[in-house]
Amino acid sequence: MQDKDTQVKLDQVECGSGAPITVLRFAGDITSASQPAVLGTYQKLPPETKRILLDFSKVEYLNSSGIALIIQMMIAASKHSQVIKTFGLTPHFQKVFTMVGITKYTSLHPDEKTACVAFAD
Amino acid sequence: MNKKSSTIELHLPSRLGYEKIAMNTAASTARLMGFSDERIEDLKTAIAEACINAIEHGNKLDETLSVGVILSINERSLEVKVLDTGSGPKHDTAAPDIDRKMHEEEQARGLGMFLIQSLVDEAEWVSSPQTGSYARMVIHLHHTND
Repeated sequence: MQDKDTQVKLDQVECGSGAPITVLRFAGDITSASQPAVLGTYQKLPPETKRILLDFSKVEYLNSSGIALIIQMMIAASKHSQVIKTFGLTPHFQKVFTMVGITKYTSLHPDEKTACVAFAD
Repeated sequence: MNKKSSTIELHLPSRLGYEKIAMNTAASTARLMGFSDERIEDLKTAIAEACINAIEHGNKLDETLSVGVILSINERSLEVKVLDTGSGPKHDTAAPDIDRKMHEEEQARGLGMFLIQSLVDEAEWVSSPQTGSYARMVIHLHHTND
């Protein structure tokens, strides 16, 4: 049995008058095998990127090793003064992210529109 | 499903990804027993994490060793034991300190046992260096938040 590969699609969306928002759209599984996809994609972002949105709406399986990769991305983002917001998590994983404390460093939103608007706050 | 006690056993190879078989079997069983979707999601994460610990730390990714999963059903609860050949994990069910992780004072990983402890009604880890070790998890049909 193989894990479903982690797919990450990069998008840019405009929202209000600020700089474009870079969206990392994850799909498939996020596990210990996802490091190249998750952190590799993040590391390729241009240095001027300041607003990052994580889209989990097509993630099928997420485990603690995958959550650790998201924490590692947040550590790197914090060093570059980047702001990360999140949407598309199931209610279960919203609960898990809250339990782990990740919500101290990223906000969780029900959908892309709400998350984009929140960058203006 | 018949309300009498019954047992389901699985033997999984120690290969990451196979935890999904235990996770999905437990989810199907819990659904037949009448657990809510929310409790089933809790159980899926807890069992996946227990199996990953057994595969990675207990059996050290040795694919010649199997991870045992025993689901025991009764009228009031579902018990799951995840067995490996290791000497048992170090107990680390404390809540993660996200500030220390963000400041790289502790590893980003190491969330599994905390999640297991938090998501099921009962969790314990039994170390038996001679015969192997197991994680035991129970969820009750009539869950209380006490």
